[in-house]
Amino acid sequence: MTEKIIIAGSGGQGIMLLGKVIVQAALLGGLNITWLPSYGAEVRGGAAYCMVIISSEEIFSPYVEKADTLIIMNQPSLLKFKQRLKHKGLLLINSSLLRTPPKEGLNKIYFPFTEEAIKLGNIRIANMLALGGYIQKKKVLSKALAFRAIEEIAPAGKKNLIKINKKAIEEGIRITR
Amino acid sequence: MTGNEAIAEGAVQAGCVFYAGYPITPQNELTAYMAKRMAEVGRIFIQSESELAAINMVLGVSAAGGRVMTSSSSPGISLKQEGISYLAGCQLPCVIVNIMRGGPGLGNIAPSQSDYFQATKGGGHGDYHSIVLAPSSVQEAFDLMFSAFELADRYRNPVIILGDGMLGQMMEPIYCTRKKRTTQNAQRTTQKKWALTGCKARSPNIIRSLFLAEGKLEEINKILQKKYKKIQVQEQSWEGLFLEDAHTVFVAYGTMARIARGLMYGLRKKGMKVGLIRPISLWPFPLKAFCNLPGVRRYIVLEMSYGQMLEDVRLAVERKKSVEFFGRAGGGIPKEEEILKKFFKKKVEL
Repeated sequence: MTEKIIIAGSGGQGIMLLGKVIVQAALLGGLNITWLPSYGAEVRGGAAYCMVIISSEEIFSPYVEKADTLIIMNQPSLLKFKQRLKHKGLLLINSSLLRTPPKEGLNKIYFPFTEEAIKLGNIRIANMLALGGYIQKKKVLSKALAFRAIEEIAPAGKKNLIKINKKAIEEGIRITR
Repeated sequence: MTGNEAIAEGAVQAGCVFYAGYPITPQNELTAYMAKRMAEVGRIFIQSESELAAINMVLGVSAAGGRVMTSSSSPGISLKQEGISYLAGCQLPCVIVNIMRGGPGLGNIAPSQSDYFQATKGGGHGDYHSIVLAPSSVQEAFDLMFSAFELADRYRNPVIILGDGMLGQMMEPIYCTRKKRTTQNAQRTTQKKWALTGCKARSPNIIRSLFLAEGKLEEINKILQKKYKKIQVQEQSWEGLFLEDAHTVFVAYGTMARIARGLMYGLRKKGMKVGLIRPISLWPFPLKAFCNLPGVRRYIVLEMSYGQMLEDVRLAVERKKSVEFFGRAGGGIPKEEEILKKFFKKKVEL
């Protein structure tokens, strides 16, 4: 099993963190991982993406040319990366920040992650809602592993954030069911 | 851990007692990690006012016998060249990390392998060589730091770790539990008889690279050349895969070798006899890897540059075999499909 993922959005949406939680969860599940960020002059509001590979085999290049899954968090990222999805790959889109109306299609999944995050009380957890969607649709990672990853990644002193992130993952799984 | 952090942690565990550096993307995480970690273990971290200051501080502490390191990325490494030449001239050990980015000039911050010539052929003035090691994974970046400090001390010579932005930024899991060695390694100063440690009860040691007396500098150069010869014989390292049966052999180092490795396994699944030579020491270049391979018909050199290591491969095979090349630079990462299109007629699903 090899799963290549590109996660893209704007700086401040927690794109890098979403990638880190996915690889940490995969690592806890005994898989090989690589995580490659876009490390340009990324600022809040600018473009940001990361490339993640999780695999039961040896991973060669960490660079993802064609992705099995695209997680797209805003409009510009959709235009930039939609060509990079493999045939029959999963396209998970945050419809809250989409200007063009959604075009439904096989494996093309739209959910208003940002709006749902606001409903939960924190706009910054849209990324974890997307993670819930990914867990639900791809069945590569389990919810339990994602929870453990969140616990490990949360910095000391910020442990109060674990709860809301877990809640967001659960909600993400629920709304994409 | 990212490659940058693994290099920094490796250095700490290998006994680096002094680090000086000036921030530059894409190696900033290395400097940041050192800032935190060196304080934790009670050693010295300095964010210097410039690259020049950093390399010259490194020279000073190295002369006093400590294990020392500096790091930067391409344009910053260019600024350090004067100091590196002085370190080589003074025969002082040190480790210099170059997380390469696109050039020439200020270039960009994308991964690149365009500093191969600078690292392996000198870079600064004078007849000298730095030992150059090129890791291709985060684990190897960590592991090679131990060899780097050992080689620097053994030969009293600068050692360059040549990585690229992708290796520095990417995250992979690593094993790094060698806590016992950390303190031992940091106490190496006492074993360096040539170091400037205060000349009570012994005759003074003198460390310099200025030799004006007639014939003296030539004599020093002969000593250096003898040392370089010894390094060339003893310290070549590489990884060879499927060289027993390969007709076509990829030659690539660092990040590029990972792409080549993926291609090689993909092609072998199709029944094609492909192998890989991955130089780990770039200087000394692993000439031995190219010996006794009668079955090989062609070498394909892949680089994130426009053909720098290519020249060493050509020297290694001495025009006896076909040597072909594909490379991109300035931030372009060679794609698997464009490599396959250029060198192989078959379409391969990877």
